[in-house]
Amino acid sequence: MTQVELDVRNLSVARGGVPVLEGLSFTLKAGEVLVLRGPNGSGKTTLLRTLAGLQPPLAGEISQPPEAIAYGAHADGLKATLSVAENLAFWAAVHGLRDIGPALDHFNLRSLASRAAQNLSAGQKRRLGLARLLVTGRPIWLLDEPTVSLDAASVGLFADAVRAHVADGGAALIATHIDLGLEARVFDVTPFKPDPETGLRTRSAFDEALT
Amino acid sequence: MIALLARDIRLALRAGGGFGLGLAFFLIVVTLVPFGVGPESDILTRIAPGILWIGALLACLLSLDRIFQLDFEDGSLDLLATAPIPMEGIVAVKALAHWITTGLPLVIAAPLLGVLMNLAQPGHGWIFVTLLIGTPALSMIGAFGAALTVGLKRGGLLLSLLVLPLYMPTLIFGAEAATRAIDGFDNTTPLMMLAGITLASVALLPFAAAAALRINLR
Amino acid sequence: MSAPNRTRQARDNINWLWEWANPVKFMWFSGLVLPWLAGLTALVMATSLIWGFFFTPEAVNFGTSVKILYVHVPSATVAISAWFMMVVASVIWLIRRHHVSALAAKAAAPVGTVMTLIALATGALWGQPMWGTWWAWDPRLTSFLILFLFYLGYMALWAAIEDPDTAADLTSVLAIVGSVFAVLSRYAVNFWNQGLHQGASLSLDKEENVADTYWIPLVIGIAGFMLFFITLVFIRTRTEIRLRRVHALELRERMADA
Repeated sequence: MTQVELDVRNLSVARGGVPVLEGLSFTLKAGEVLVLRGPNGSGKTTLLRTLAGLQPPLAGEISQPPEAIAYGAHADGLKATLSVAENLAFWAAVHGLRDIGPALDHFNLRSLASRAAQNLSAGQKRRLGLARLLVTGRPIWLLDEPTVSLDAASVGLFADAVRAHVADGGAALIATHIDLGLEARVFDVTPFKPDPETGLRTRSAFDEALT
Repeated sequence: MIALLARDIRLALRAGGGFGLGLAFFLIVVTLVPFGVGPESDILTRIAPGILWIGALLACLLSLDRIFQLDFEDGSLDLLATAPIPMEGIVAVKALAHWITTGLPLVIAAPLLGVLMNLAQPGHGWIFVTLLIGTPALSMIGAFGAALTVGLKRGGLLLSLLVLPLYMPTLIFGAEAATRAIDGFDNTTPLMMLAGITLASVALLPFAAAAALRINLR
Repeated sequence: MSAPNRTRQARDNINWLWEWANPVKFMWFSGLVLPWLAGLTALVMATSLIWGFFFTPEAVNFGTSVKILYVHVPSATVAISAWFMMVVASVIWLIRRHHVSALAAKAAAPVGTVMTLIALATGALWGQPMWGTWWAWDPRLTSFLILFLFYLGYMALWAAIEDPDTAADLTSVLAIVGSVFAVLSRYAVNFWNQGLHQGASLSLDKEENVADTYWIPLVIGIAGFMLFFITLVFIRTRTEIRLRRVHALELRERMADA
């Protein structure tokens, strides 16, 4: 795996035209886990979506190696009528990989492989969604509340997966509220909430000119 | 990309909606027409190519919102957007999958339904040919409309309002090419225009649709 | 003057042009010219309509109904021009991200729609006594009906999307793609109604039959309708900008509350 680094400089992100975080700077190096914290609605999801390239930043710079990001959203992107193995094999094929065996084993999905995704429990679906990360072969994981609906044993499986991933030279940025038992730096986004007075200034010059 | 195509086709087959519903709708439209205009065979013969084209067009329209909406709702589209496939490729492949699961069955069924409409003799082949050339444009234009409306809660009706005007040139040249051939006239020009629309749509609209999708995802 | 300097000056000139896309400047400028523009519009339109309605001879084979020409032709011209203006404004928005441009396109759409409707309605009113039918699938009439549908779709898309920038982006893409298909439809419709179908038995082509006496007030009428269009777009763009201002103030309040 190539040396990876996600570098964020003075980043501002907006949701629905409203700035939610301003002036963020941090670096995520290979072998690191960074845990994002902040109250609900503080902009963690927006930050992750921006880093994943799904929406443009309002200001600032993001530097990262090309095609390095694997994004794990709230929604798992599963197809109800496809089996566990079919779902996983699809994402593997999209990312140019073939072997879904390790991912199935890692998240203890082997026995469910031929079951349709619609017949999985919420926790099993989540495990399948997380197993998808392994078949992307991408070094930087951006995870949004990955442990939702997982039981304690599954959280353990997930923590093991992250540990193995970073030991292998990967990196992970995880928005979560629970303690994963990982050796991780914590990054609290709360101080980066924009000031309502100056905040709108960084918005488009259009609205600035108006108010 | 092939994986995406295979997945979309498989999903359409499993859900049972893609193939079956479009075809059934097409059959119903063609069945309803004689009830509306009367059973006189010469009237039916005259309007047959147009009715078959409109029926195929409406059946195609019916399943357009599925192209992106389901993937948008379950988060697949976000994940696909971060995958190593260009958005233009995603659009083109999903339009192709729509054509294979919806357009192609209509093309094959149209000559058979032509029998119900008392289609004149050389018409069966020509309906098949013109629909075969024209329906890929319908899928691609539809994918563009679906990309525009993907973020909307109840985009179905709006999608029809946006797409149907864009369908007009395809319909005009497609039906015209079939009608001319049946009436024994030269139909090179409409046939060429129809092929031109399809080629240009397939070549250019993925870019517009991909731009619309990116806007809708952010 | 050395070459680099000249290019720089050229760019300054262009920047001067774009300055007018600044909403504050636009509000100031449009507020200033609007009364004059409105006055001029009223004057030119009144001149053409009074001249056209009362001081042109009745055509031998047309009768009084020919005078609807002074509403029909100008509204049709504006209906097409409005779409062109919207496409240009959309392109400017997509490339330069000037909000005034996007809002001007949004503001022009309903005006263009109504003009299309007026052109269609006056055409029907004129067609009835002339050719004994309210509607014929003449290529020109059909094209206007299609244009009307494009306007409806464009406005519906604006109305359906909540986020104003997203709406501006998507409607711009639609306007550009739609234009290509609108031109294609025009060609297709021409082809469709002159091929092996019976050619249009009624010539709805007006310009060819128009003599000089009718021509001058008609040209003034087109100018008047164009001015009318510009005035309305100015007013509506100002309204849209004010709406955005309210929206921005609400956002600021929401942020202060959060």
